[in-house]
Amino acid sequence: MILEVSVHHRLGNFTLDAAFESKGRLTALFGPSGSGKSSLVNIIGGLVRPQKGRVVVDGRVLVDTESRVFVPAHRRKIGYVFQDARLFPHLTVSQNLRYGRFFTPAADRYADFRAVVELLGIGHLLDRRPALLSGGEKQRVAIGRALIASPKLVLMDEPLAALDDARKAEILPYIERLRDETKIPFVYVSHSIAEVGRLASDVVAMRQGRVAAAGAAADVLSRMDLLPQAERGEAGALLDFTVASHDDIFGITTLRSPGGTWRLPRIAAVVGTVVRARIRARDVTIATQPVAGLSALNILAGRVGEVIHGEGAEGLVRVDCGADRIFARVTRLSIRDLGLVEGKEVYAIVKAVTFDSANTGARGGTI
Amino acid sequence: MMEWLALSPSEWNAVRLSIWVSIWAMLASLPLGILVAYVLARKEFWGKALLNGLVHLPLILPPVVTGYLLLITFGRRGPVGSFLDQTFGIVFSFRWTGAALAGGVMAFPLMVRAIRLSIESVDRKLEAAAGTLGANPAWVFMTITLPLILPGIIAGMILAFAKAMGEFGATITFVSNIPGETQTLPSAIYTFTQVPGGEAGALRLTLVSIAIAMIALVASEMLARRVSRRLDLE
Repeated sequence: MILEVSVHHRLGNFTLDAAFESKGRLTALFGPSGSGKSSLVNIIGGLVRPQKGRVVVDGRVLVDTESRVFVPAHRRKIGYVFQDARLFPHLTVSQNLRYGRFFTPAADRYADFRAVVELLGIGHLLDRRPALLSGGEKQRVAIGRALIASPKLVLMDEPLAALDDARKAEILPYIERLRDETKIPFVYVSHSIAEVGRLASDVVAMRQGRVAAAGAAADVLSRMDLLPQAERGEAGALLDFTVASHDDIFGITTLRSPGGTWRLPRIAAVVGTVVRARIRARDVTIATQPVAGLSALNILAGRVGEVIHGEGAEGLVRVDCGADRIFARVTRLSIRDLGLVEGKEVYAIVKAVTFDSANTGARGGTI
Repeated sequence: MMEWLALSPSEWNAVRLSIWVSIWAMLASLPLGILVAYVLARKEFWGKALLNGLVHLPLILPPVVTGYLLLITFGRRGPVGSFLDQTFGIVFSFRWTGAALAGGVMAFPLMVRAIRLSIESVDRKLEAAAGTLGANPAWVFMTITLPLILPGIIAGMILAFAKAMGEFGATITFVSNIPGETQTLPSAIYTFTQVPGGEAGALRLTLVSIAIAMIALVASEMLARRVSRRLDLE
């Protein structure tokens, strides 16, 4: 599936002027509130008609203002999961789930009701009314309702923003399963790097109505300048590891990344599975000489790939360790004193690996 | 001792006719009432204020004026009345159908108001959600909007029924006061008060009016509670 969007839309004194293309399994529209990501997703879903632009999903032109094409929302076959669930209060959960199916021609119905219900763990809720569900349950039903309509694309507009952390943790694994076990492409709107880092294959970073960066999740999320101020501490590298082995005596798991091997306190993932982790820039220290007698398990030799001077006292240093690119947050003073310039040989000392994914059984491990 | 409470056949006639006429007034004005309420609640168009004024006119005009206007438009020689008579054989003047029309017209503003308020309180985001699930606007209305405004529709129907039951001025002006054909409860009570010794009859019919009003009110309360419990908004 290829999603092509290019729109120009003015709302009062806010201008949305964005274009991107994505082939990802789950494309995240990522940015601070007010950056235009919800407007963009409303345009894709057909709830907002752009003043100028084009939207093409899988070769089907949904909007083209130049040739006056505008397919109304109900003919787009695009599922939409709203932040506020929007379940129909006069229908039971089961009727809510089947609502979209009724409007889908039999030949287009690929979604299996029972499989979706099972995947989302909502079988025990079927006879209830939406008013009696918890926030997390409502959102799972809303996701199921969108899927059972057999859409060609599913949009999720901050589906977890209204929930507390416990409810978020309850739903995230389900979204991961959908991403991995269904063939439906997703567009996921969020301002949380933890969610985006965990879920996205591709990221479109939005800033003030424009696309600031777009590409593979690992590339976009490592750019601290794209993150909202409050989330900057979360910036870092995104790496996919393969679980290589477990050591039961010391309780250590060995992971393999494209660039080398990593050791960290045991995680629950099975040998051979791929887990995604963030190496936050603030958890990485740089040394210019090999260090001995340090308790850290992961000390990687590499070269400085790029030095990004930030605002204020701190900057960001990219260290290329073989095929792995990791980032270290250091003061600008250290950058000068250590002479950190592109190409210099350094050692990156990684103090922690953050797992946003639940299938590891660990939320974060200090090494 | 309680024998004075027993209704005479002609009094029964007036009671039955009133209920019959009011039910017709309520049901016949319902589809148009929902349509007008929807248009007023949702659409912006030139002449909206005019339509709104026209709908509310019977509420403000003296009922006799409304009755007279009905007489000159829907009477046998009126422009609309003669057309309906010749094309469909529907006659309003001096028939129970005319009483139902008068009741419906007088009740229309109340019905539209109740339904319009409930349409305005419907969360349009739910309708947008239904659209993304493949429902076209007509289906959205049938499956989402209509069920959600049901309490408002019931309230509007009860108000219309009550208003039609009590309609007097427009009815007597338009279709007169013919026993068995157009003599509704209010007209019958009025007739009793105009003849010597009519007090007992007037009182009997008054008690019947009170009873019908109470039953309608309680029934609507029960219905509305059932519907709103089902909806029990989040």
